[in-house]
Amino acid sequence: MAAEGGWVWLYGVAGGDLGAFADGVAGVGGAPLRTITAARLTAIVGDVGDREYGEAALRRNLEDLDWLARTARAHHAVLEAVAERGPVVPMRLATLFASDAGVTGTLQERAEDFREALSLISARSEWGVKAYAVKPSDPAGESGHQVAGREDQATGPGAAYLQRRRAQLTASKDARQEALASARAVYAELGRFAVSSRLYPPQAPDLAGQQTPMVLNAAYLVADERAGEFEAAMADLTARHRFVQLTLTGPWPAYSFVGESDGPGPR
Amino acid sequence: MTGPACEPAIQGERIALVDLLDRVLAGGVVIVGDITLSIAEVDLVRVSLRALVTSISGLMEAMDDSREYP
Repeated sequence: MAAEGGWVWLYGVAGGDLGAFADGVAGVGGAPLRTITAARLTAIVGDVGDREYGEAALRRNLEDLDWLARTARAHHAVLEAVAERGPVVPMRLATLFASDAGVTGTLQERAEDFREALSLISARSEWGVKAYAVKPSDPAGESGHQVAGREDQATGPGAAYLQRRRAQLTASKDARQEALASARAVYAELGRFAVSSRLYPPQAPDLAGQQTPMVLNAAYLVADERAGEFEAAMADLTARHRFVQLTLTGPWPAYSFVGESDGPGPR
Repeated sequence: MTGPACEPAIQGERIALVDLLDRVLAGGVVIVGDITLSIAEVDLVRVSLRALVTSISGLMEAMDDSREYP
């Protein structure tokens, strides 16, 4: 039971008895983990204090990138540890109940939804695939320089500059078009190995820590037995598409395949 | 929002924070708990993050400039 003035943080829901799980994993706020069972489902929860996780405090703390990062990582670490033992339906960050009774009620009310989600993600994992447009190393290319050289003699440096600049712009526009086409092709091709896929909005270059624009931010739900094929397909696509740089992340708990498509995120 | 004294490991940790936030803020099951992040709040967090990151990169540029032109 949550302590007086505290909250029950819900991480996720698994089926049946988990046994010993997430040994040595500290939950959000460093709180130990425990389980609540109802309707043959197991909720993974932890107790957190009102001062940091109450409604008003949450609103403030979510604006604090440090706090948000720490909390998101703690939430994720628990789900990752539980996922090692079997399928777990992740909750969105900051799903809190005033008492265990609220969790029990939710397990009972949403039992069918949870079971459906568990069966969808069982023996499957989420993989993240991002594509960045590759910056052309020399946008004008060699032929561009030759043209510029001739122009130099014929019409002077001003015209040569303009022509060079036009060639650069054309090349970088072409590269961007090629990158977008590659992203579409990669997205479709990888879909052949997946049960389901979702698109996230591309991350802003500043947030993603990359200089080049992101042209694809996708998540795939892949059967564990096909993970090898999926990775091989990634390697093949990386070799074939030179206008994009591909990155693979995962396996993730199936965050992107359990929720309603109600948010700004996956659709 | 606290200032830019944040998260040196925003990149480079095993899992990029931005990939994680995509998932924990926009993925996962939304159930009506006694407190649940609403869509509006998720948007708010995203806007804040953008503003924060922008202010950090702006600050960095200012610092670079001051080194170049002391």
